[in-house]
Amino acid sequence: MISARFQGRLGGFALDVEFQAPASGVTVLFGPSGSGKTTVLRCIAGLTRLAGRFEVDGDVWQDERTFLPAHRRRVGYVFQDAALFDHLNVRGNLLYGRRRAGRGADAAFDRLVALLGLEELLHRSPARLSGGERQRVAIGRALLAEPRLLLLDEPLASLDAARKAELLPYFDALRREAAAPVFYVTHDVTEAARLGDRMLLIRDGRLVETAAAQAPDEAGGIDRLAARLRAVGPEALAAELILSGAPSEVARLAVEALAARG
Amino acid sequence: MSGLLGIAWLTLKLAGVTTAILLVVATPLAWWLARSRRWWSEVAAALVALPIVLPPTVLGFYLLLALGPESPLMAPLHAFGVRTLAFTFWGLVLGSVIYSLPFAVQPLRNAFQAAGDRPLEAAATLGASPLDAFFTVAAPLARPGFVVAAVLAFAHTVGEFGVVLMIGGGVPGETEVLSIEIYRLVEALEWGRAHLIAGALLAFAFAVMLSLLLLDRRVRKAAS
Repeated sequence: MISARFQGRLGGFALDVEFQAPASGVTVLFGPSGSGKTTVLRCIAGLTRLAGRFEVDGDVWQDERTFLPAHRRRVGYVFQDAALFDHLNVRGNLLYGRRRAGRGADAAFDRLVALLGLEELLHRSPARLSGGERQRVAIGRALLAEPRLLLLDEPLASLDAARKAELLPYFDALRREAAAPVFYVTHDVTEAARLGDRMLLIRDGRLVETAAAQAPDEAGGIDRLAARLRAVGPEALAAELILSGAPSEVARLAVEALAARG
Repeated sequence: MSGLLGIAWLTLKLAGVTTAILLVVATPLAWWLARSRRWWSEVAAALVALPIVLPPTVLGFYLLLALGPESPLMAPLHAFGVRTLAFTFWGLVLGSVIYSLPFAVQPLRNAFQAAGDRPLEAAATLGASPLDAFFTVAAPLARPGFVVAAVLAFAHTVGEFGVVLMIGGGVPGETEVLSIEIYRLVEALEWGRAHLIAGALLAFAFAVMLSLLLLDRRVRKAAS
């Protein structure tokens, strides 16, 4: 079980969230940009320090007296901009955290490199990678450090639709592979629904609602929802979603996002 | 001619020792200046940059007082038989380190700032302690900054005159460096030898600037 409470101010922004999540599967932090999702993720990683408490399976990373520094938390963090080390090649990047976790280029390394399709890129400089390739390396680098938690901060946001589509299957594979619980920050309802096992909805620095994600694939896919939106209009679709079990705020945001897609 | 070679050797030795000390001193200073968000770090930055705008003779004057036998700063050294550092090689080294400090600190500070927080955050989440992250991420990313800092500190020390004249006085074999020698030769109307040194220093300065620009070009090419 993971339990978290963070509260405090950063500049003019106030954050106050408290939640519990099972220590497995994918928890999506979902909400509009500027709502504080990334701040929550940074607090979990120990990159930002606010008052509060954080606990993973009984290990306290932060409370009134303790604050474990980021380098002793063993989180895998994938930044929106990948944040690869430009002075190392892809292989050097992938091994940076793994060596510090006491492992090397072993069979598990080769397997993940293959899973992410990075074999051909190992000796390439990060400066010569495409956006999608950079994110794949960043995800591999985080996973190879064998983290207790995997934290993904809008890893697809900087990519165009084609690159996103190219990367999503890798995420599906990782969802099945990753032993560590995953926190996934996004403001994209499609990603949230496709990748999440549960959803934390954050708005203006507060937790609005928690929900088990309704996979739109089960409901016939995002395109059918979009068609339904055109057919019955936003209010009726929101009502349908709520009746089928989605919390009202989630339904409303989903409809907004669908409408924005056109 | 051997006299001239001795002077040239002393000049290179002074510049080499000064550059080595500067890199050790300037790196933590530049790191702190690059990462501190407190306003008074700019006070420290202004103090470091002072030699850029201060007349070298002013700096030399204060150093002469500070390194002289009457100075309280020298008192602890009296026990070791050292009465003064004025007009000595190590006095010159100290003066050169202070005089060339901004030329080492500024490129390093810029390089550390240009790399930003993100690579260090990434290193921390991958299990690197702050010291580990400095040596394996921040320093390698700032490598061009180190090269520029070393080259500028070295060249600036070779070219200094005012400070060296004030606290060195041109003692043969101890503090007599090339820039002082040119001045002495011209006063003695020895134009031929003055030409030789001036020409050599001109060529040296040009080689330094050219290699810096070529390096910068290579770095920018590698980045794109």
